Amino acid sequence: MDISTIFSTMQAEISLAIILIVILLADLILKQPNHKALQGLACGLLVVQIALNIIPVSGEAFGGMYQTSPMASIMKTVLALGTLLVFMQADSWINREDTRHKAGEFYVLTLSTLLGMYYMISAGSFLLFYVGLELASIPIACLVAFDKYRRQSAEAGTKFILNAMFSSALMLYGLSLIYGTCGTMYFNDLPELLTGTPLQIMAMVLFFAGLGFKLSLVPFHMWTPDTYQGAPTSVTAYLSVISKGAAAFALMSILVKVFASMTDNWSMLLSVVIVVTITIANIFAILQHDLKRFMAYSSISQAGYIMLAVLGADAQGMTSLVYYVIVYIVANLAVFGVITTIEQHNGGRVDREAYNGLYKTNPRLSFIMTLALFSLGGIPPFAGFFSKFFVFAAAFHAGHLLVVFLALVNTIISLYYYLLIVKAMYITPNDNPLPTFRSSNMTRASLVICLAGVILLGVISNVYQLLFDNALF
Amino acid sequence: MEIHVIHYLVVSTIMMFCGIYGFFTRKNLLALLISIELMLNATNINFAVFNRYLFQGQLEGHFFTLFGIAIAAAETAIAIAIIINVYRNVKQILTDDITDLKG
Repeated sequence: MDISTIFSTMQAEISLAIILIVILLADLILKQPNHKALQGLACGLLVVQIALNIIPVSGEAFGGMYQTSPMASIMKTVLALGTLLVFMQADSWINREDTRHKAGEFYVLTLSTLLGMYYMISAGSFLLFYVGLELASIPIACLVAFDKYRRQSAEAGTKFILNAMFSSALMLYGLSLIYGTCGTMYFNDLPELLTGTPLQIMAMVLFFAGLGFKLSLVPFHMWTPDTYQGAPTSVTAYLSVISKGAAAFALMSILVKVFASMTDNWSMLLSVVIVVTITIANIFAILQHDLKRFMAYSSISQAGYIMLAVLGADAQGMTSLVYYVIVYIVANLAVFGVITTIEQHNGGRVDREAYNGLYKTNPRLSFIMTLALFSLGGIPPFAGFFSKFFVFAAAFHAGHLLVVFLALVNTIISLYYYLLIVKAMYITPNDNPLPTFRSSNMTRASLVICLAGVILLGVISNVYQLLFDNALF
Repeated sequence: MEIHVIHYLVVSTIMMFCGIYGFFTRKNLLALLISIELMLNATNINFAVFNRYLFQGQLEGHFFTLFGIAIAAAETAIAIAIIINVYRNVKQILTDDITDLKG
């Protein structure tokens, strides 16, 4: 294999690594007051990254250690787009007086987790997968504990890093059992060696538990609300969409490709986990008053819906998973964009009461929030309805009727708690609502992109067709 | 008596489950970290032993062990940094005192 094929197969990773180094150097060279320029540079370079990698590539490098498929390429571009939106929304927080001297660290750490996710998505061996997973989760712990002098942030960081280490130790134990029974870690050789012996089933369960922590599926979800509440809001947004989307994609491709012979075992396990995840998350979400905690439970239940696509276990399932992640990214980032902006203008309040009567003073923000919540809840003209429809169809197609029915019932429950926020904004009276304000241009631009995604992604059916044409295992 | 795979595996399994038990019962953050280290080292033993006794011709398990050690070191460094930050803010590193976030 010559060096040019490596460059063309791994172009997404290589260009992202270059961007990372450029931002690191720029942070070093630029003088302190230039935090605005740094943000412009980070966003601009990410746009270049998206433009460079818009055409899907496929291939293998390093003897099968690294493999990429058109779908993985598309997923990487989607994740880069989501990161760009997070960077734009972080504007009002990162450029504040007390945090702007560490703005460079924020961009560098975020981009290095993105690089880890890229490796995780297109790993061809459990070794590279593990390295990618750790690269994607260690810097996030730093980001969660980013507000150094806030107690809650430190606490959230502790909870995150200890849980991440525990889950990766469990996963590693599973991988060591796989190595003991098969003698290889390469995805190309493993499927025929994995035959479903009891030890291999135990290894698969441990591996699933490890990734379940990253995805916050229910028996492993306890860290999620605390971490989401304590972390800075932009980091919460990143954690809830980007790292969850990447982990879901990686879990699906490994379960379907590597553990193909154990499909009966893991689909049974997954069905139970999905039903419990969606139900428990919905029940707890109703009880929340803090909006970030609320969004944490909402994201746990959305992870359950994403896992429905994994049950599909074919090209249709893969397509609906990626489609769901795209729609989820725009809708959830719209909500978090609004939360971040409002938090910066009302002294850091994120409880639901702070949103009472918001419509009177800030009608446009309330409107965006409403549409995004409708999309998350799955109300028809918006993209969220179609994404839910496609994951249900994928799981239905694979014959999991009961799971689909229970998930469907849960959609109705979820509508109730999403509409509670809409009710607070439009109906609940408030004597002194938040005064009208104008948010920064970056935030406005990102909210417009999210809004366009929420409205258009469902209506333009070419998106789904385009994904389906590229969905090959 | 000759020492064989099974003896190593018994040791690593005991280490693994001691680590899990410690993670669930300990109250001190540093003790939690030590428990996790036990678990990670159990997996390292597993990889090395499987490679040495079962798949002698190859190096994959040994490499996994090396990567595991390096990554565990990185994780521990970050975790200790965060725990120090907790100590600065709370003046305690017992889990009972770090309960700001609940709902």
